[in-house]
Amino acid sequence: MKKKLTTVAFTETKEQADKLDALIAKYKNVGGNLMPVLQGAQDIYGYLPLEVQKKIAIGLDVSVSEVYGVASFYSQFSFNPKGKVSIAVCLGTACYVKGSGKLHEKCMEITGIGAGDISPDGRFSYDATRCIGACGLAPVMTVNGDVYGRITPADVDGIIAKYL
Amino acid sequence: METVTVKINGREYEVPAGIKIIDAARIAKIDIPTLCYLKDVNEIGACRLCLVEVKGARGLMAACVTTVSDGMEIWTNTPRVVESRKTNLELILSTHKKECLSCIRSNSCELQKLCRDLGVTDENRFEGKNNEYEKDESTAFLVRDNNKCILCRRCVAACQNMQGIGAIETINRGFDACVGSAFEQPLAATSCISCGQCIVACPVGALYEKDDTDKVWDAINDPTKHVAICTAPSIRATIGECFGFEPGVDTEGKMVAALKRLGFDGVYDMNLTADLTIMEEATEFLERVKEGKNLPLITSCSPGWIKYCEHYFPEFTDNLSTCKSPQQMFGAMYKTYYAARRGLDPADIVFVSAIPCTAKKFEVRRPGQSAVGSGIYDVDYAITTRELARMIEKAGVRYKDLDDEEFDKPFDIGSGAGAIFGATGGVMEAALRTAAEVILNKPLEKLEFEDVRGTAPIKTATYKLGDMEVRVAVASGTKNAKELLNKVKSGELKVDFIEIMACPGGCVNGGGQPVQSAATKAAVNLKEKRASILYNADSKMALRKSHENLAVQKLYDEFLEKPGSHKAHEILHTHYIKRGL
Amino acid sequence: MFTIEQLNAIRAEYAPKVEMRHGHGHFVDAGDGIRKNVLICGGTGCTSSGSMDIRDALVTELKLAGIEDEIKVVTTGCFGLCALGPIMIVYPEGTFYSKVTADDMHEIVTEHLVGGEPVRHLLYKETVKGDEILALDQTPFYAKQKRVALRNCGVIDPECINEYIAVDGYQALAKVLTEMTPDSVIQTILDSGIRGRGGAGFPTGKKWTFAKDQPAGKKYVVCNADEGDPGAFMDRSVLEGDPHAVLEAMAIAGFAIGADEGYIYVRAEYPIAVHRLEIAIKQAEEIGVLGENIFGTGFNFKVTLRLGAGAFVCGEETALLTSIEGNRGEPRPRPPFPAVKGLFGKPTIINNVETLANIAQIILKGADWFASMGTERSKGTKVFALGGKIENTGLVEIPMGTTLREVVEEIGGGVPNGKHFKAAQTGGPSGGCIPAHLIDTPIDYDNLTAIGSMMGSGGLIVMDEDTCMVDIAKFFLEFTVDESCGKCVPCRVGTMRLLEILEKITSGNGTLADIDKLEELSKYISSASLCALGQTAPNPVLSTLRYFRDEYIAHVTDKTCPAHVCKELMRYQIDATKCKGCTACARKCPVGAITGGIRQPHTIDAEKCIKCGVCISTCKFDAIVKA
Repeated sequence: MKKKLTTVAFTETKEQADKLDALIAKYKNVGGNLMPVLQGAQDIYGYLPLEVQKKIAIGLDVSVSEVYGVASFYSQFSFNPKGKVSIAVCLGTACYVKGSGKLHEKCMEITGIGAGDISPDGRFSYDATRCIGACGLAPVMTVNGDVYGRITPADVDGIIAKYL
Repeated sequence: METVTVKINGREYEVPAGIKIIDAARIAKIDIPTLCYLKDVNEIGACRLCLVEVKGARGLMAACVTTVSDGMEIWTNTPRVVESRKTNLELILSTHKKECLSCIRSNSCELQKLCRDLGVTDENRFEGKNNEYEKDESTAFLVRDNNKCILCRRCVAACQNMQGIGAIETINRGFDACVGSAFEQPLAATSCISCGQCIVACPVGALYEKDDTDKVWDAINDPTKHVAICTAPSIRATIGECFGFEPGVDTEGKMVAALKRLGFDGVYDMNLTADLTIMEEATEFLERVKEGKNLPLITSCSPGWIKYCEHYFPEFTDNLSTCKSPQQMFGAMYKTYYAARRGLDPADIVFVSAIPCTAKKFEVRRPGQSAVGSGIYDVDYAITTRELARMIEKAGVRYKDLDDEEFDKPFDIGSGAGAIFGATGGVMEAALRTAAEVILNKPLEKLEFEDVRGTAPIKTATYKLGDMEVRVAVASGTKNAKELLNKVKSGELKVDFIEIMACPGGCVNGGGQPVQSAATKAAVNLKEKRASILYNADSKMALRKSHENLAVQKLYDEFLEKPGSHKAHEILHTHYIKRGL
Repeated sequence: MFTIEQLNAIRAEYAPKVEMRHGHGHFVDAGDGIRKNVLICGGTGCTSSGSMDIRDALVTELKLAGIEDEIKVVTTGCFGLCALGPIMIVYPEGTFYSKVTADDMHEIVTEHLVGGEPVRHLLYKETVKGDEILALDQTPFYAKQKRVALRNCGVIDPECINEYIAVDGYQALAKVLTEMTPDSVIQTILDSGIRGRGGAGFPTGKKWTFAKDQPAGKKYVVCNADEGDPGAFMDRSVLEGDPHAVLEAMAIAGFAIGADEGYIYVRAEYPIAVHRLEIAIKQAEEIGVLGENIFGTGFNFKVTLRLGAGAFVCGEETALLTSIEGNRGEPRPRPPFPAVKGLFGKPTIINNVETLANIAQIILKGADWFASMGTERSKGTKVFALGGKIENTGLVEIPMGTTLREVVEEIGGGVPNGKHFKAAQTGGPSGGCIPAHLIDTPIDYDNLTAIGSMMGSGGLIVMDEDTCMVDIAKFFLEFTVDESCGKCVPCRVGTMRLLEILEKITSGNGTLADIDKLEELSKYISSASLCALGQTAPNPVLSTLRYFRDEYIAHVTDKTCPAHVCKELMRYQIDATKCKGCTACARKCPVGAITGGIRQPHTIDAEKCIKCGVCISTCKFDAIVKA
């Protein structure tokens, strides 16, 4: 597994920076603090850019490559921000058996990007996920967190159009 | 010592309790093959080459991480074990870029040796798809070629566990796992300190020094150039290893003889400028004590340490001695004083240093390392022990058969001390000898400062020199340096003078030294063996105090005026950068 | 301080309130004016098909009807029948509505909850037998089940600790702290014969003994809730439906081994489970069944929640510990075992969620009760997630020793569409397949291991004749390759090479020598890998080779895929006797591979055909077949 690295420039608000500082301070002396801090940081920024990982490394007194080593190991950590329209297709067993592979292809075609990527204009991001637990609705895709189940590739255009 | 009885391949042995199977096997005079194992540094059971059969165990056991128990029956060489190792090697080969003929590690490659030992006959048996990596050649000192990496992680452990730096780490997961830095940045963009410990940890050719020997050959072959080389104290203690000598054999005379056959216009011992460094540093120390400023003074000979300090402890850069390292002082003196004396144009001089250190390749191009100015560096090329050995090999010199020869007289004057510089604590000891006599204003009765010797990671001592108490500390290895500096920072430790070397054990164990296999490292204490040569040399020397070195005195009389003079500062001192992380 | 008397008082108050949900069909008056309970599944499956919107609609309708004080709406954990979601059940009668929508709420409220007449067309069809309406536990799906670990799932409100206390919650903890010693607790667990439900089936009591025997000092109890086996979700259901059962069991384990701290490592992909656990921990701390001086006995126990971040290998116990410690989730060599040197280097027991869900019951009902269920060496029940080519997909809990046939044909309702049972995969990517001729195998740890599969965490995927066994092996290998941590050579490189050989075979380029190589490499990976993930990764290959070798041979020698799955080995053909020459397929074919005149039988140019399948779905006469 190898993650896509971002091409989007990093920006942050004061609020985000303060939140991250507070998060680091909270976990500074807790055993095994790197994972919860990375998870919290991803909640704050939506992804884990180099700048954030560096700050975490300095804050927790570990090397930034160690932070990256951990972040790049787990599939939930993203190095790319989410687009304005964040699309995901479930490729879990149940969905795959019911044809989510074709949804996956269709989404990549519409967005023009691969899984784990963000379009250069920041409009779309696309992910292929593992089971999201909606097996009863297979095959499933989500757009900005809304679940669409029992769909075919022909439905995808219409679903995405709602968010544009 | 508590012992247990184990059976290895049917024979009984009594071995210390608590040791690993691999160490027990060594007692039985059996080497168990390994790739990821590096004693005390990397013991992770990842390569699965050291698997052995243990009676009663469900599967094969990894000898490098399994502790012996009383009555354990171990089989290291059964058909099942051998077959498993062979398949393992074949799988590794399927991901390894097999450029064995042209590989820098041809003949010293641990993978190559194991394939030969275990009789791997088909190197392409499991050929399949592979990740392709760009070579990282971003730094001045190192090439990182992940296409040859076998993911044993010894380099990562050396960088992270041993040196406490973590410029590289295992990144990504599964088949895409590789060694790299954060966001796959080139190494030059990280806070890598160029110590090269990753190189000497690597069992294959995935990590190696940037080779500057071609440039040196070009200079030698250019009749318009005056090419000089000076060798660092610890080279004589190790270069023999490249020519089949056991670690711990001093081959200084042969080394000099070999160098003289390569076509250098001068072959010098760096010891002289080591003494010069001591003169300057001891003076600097006494001045800082007098002014009560920028204490503790911290030594500056180790460029890996300097870079470490600049990245990780920028608040201590003012404490660093401003003295250039001995190699830089030599180059600086050569291109100023000596060039003038011999009527040479500094631009026509190519000054080469042979050093045990990869960080020196970074140091030679640092700002503030040009006494002459106008783009003329004090030292043109820094080549490691390994590169020097390759030059000797390339020239076809029969090293072992050479008769001893002597160094040329540096600056046409007699030589001096400074040998112990190559071992941890050595700089401190040399400086103490000089500082003590300056303070006491009489000769020392005993020259050995035993407390700062030895390979302990951190050493501290207090010496009473007249009315003055000098509290000293010595650390080698940046992880230990970090511990020491944090103690100084917190006020827990009060010291006046600190010696730090980036590599554990000092220069004898530098990143530019001959590569030894993990098996050799497990069996031999390289640091001690190599350092013993330097201390032996020191004890046999008539002249053991830098300030008594007549050559040094002459340099001051004729050119530098006195230690710490304005002139000395111009030629022999430098400055630092607060880099941060 | 919270006392046992207070615990019992809560039980006395709340027990009548949940009593009517036990499906006996009779009304229990708790004196609170409630005449019916409507339970809505708030598990992951039903939630993602909108059950929370349905709940809101129901509440609105109840208010409109003016009966909101008479009907209690309870959001529960999973009922098990996920394919029928969203699910709703009305007590005391136990009528079971499936696939309901928000729009149905008006009808259910007016007809059933006000009018007293169940809305028959919305009922689960299996519960409608002529005029009679069956309760859920009378359907074939539930009749053979025995709910121990899942006993409270779909019964209580998991976000209300009082409802858990109402069904004897925390009584077991009270009992061990006041009436038992650590030794007697462990003896009870040993006597019950319970083995770990997470995969390998190591006896739980033994594990606890090892940790207890370590010198006193810091020790940890860790709950492994990193359920990663694709298709298995029993742990999620327990956490979503009965989180306190896990907390109570961890505290009991802590008392037994001398630990005062526990960690739950749960997949971040389970947000509902995480949410309910957070609530449960908070509630338990608030009333005092977790924390300092529990029940005044001086016993302290705190629980910390840690989230995984998407790595299957973290289900392996040493990798899980490494991950909690904040590192790459890479396994470490064993020995030393976690019981000796575990989390942060301290003695640690790691138990799976389902294992823990049994503990309180064992303490309360006794080891003999538990040991009376199951087989000689596998006691109790096991939860399976039924999936694949089977009528009733969902969660089932059966006594150990139930045969695969009973599970597939009776509980699962058989293979749909008139197809035949070909094999079942247990143990997910670490397990193996059980072929049709072994369908009468009683399911327990040792039987499954003996036939080359394993219990695993409990995924049970049914396959019919349309499943290619080589393709299935490849599917699981793709998963393992993706999830290998990359630390050891056999797993990192070996599984990739296995996958490549399988790809070669399924694409028609394999040779008989490749099959031998596959087998040899599989055995090597099993014996040489660092952790269980690698050691079991070749199981899908080895077991399909064992039972379906002929399919492999067909792929390499005949260059055919008997199940018509492997694209490269499959051709589309037109049956000239059935083709009417309507030209529909020729017009739809995206590459123009189909030719033929009007009312003439068509043909497919195999060279051009890309096997997209459009023609098959277009043809009204079933004239196009795969060969």
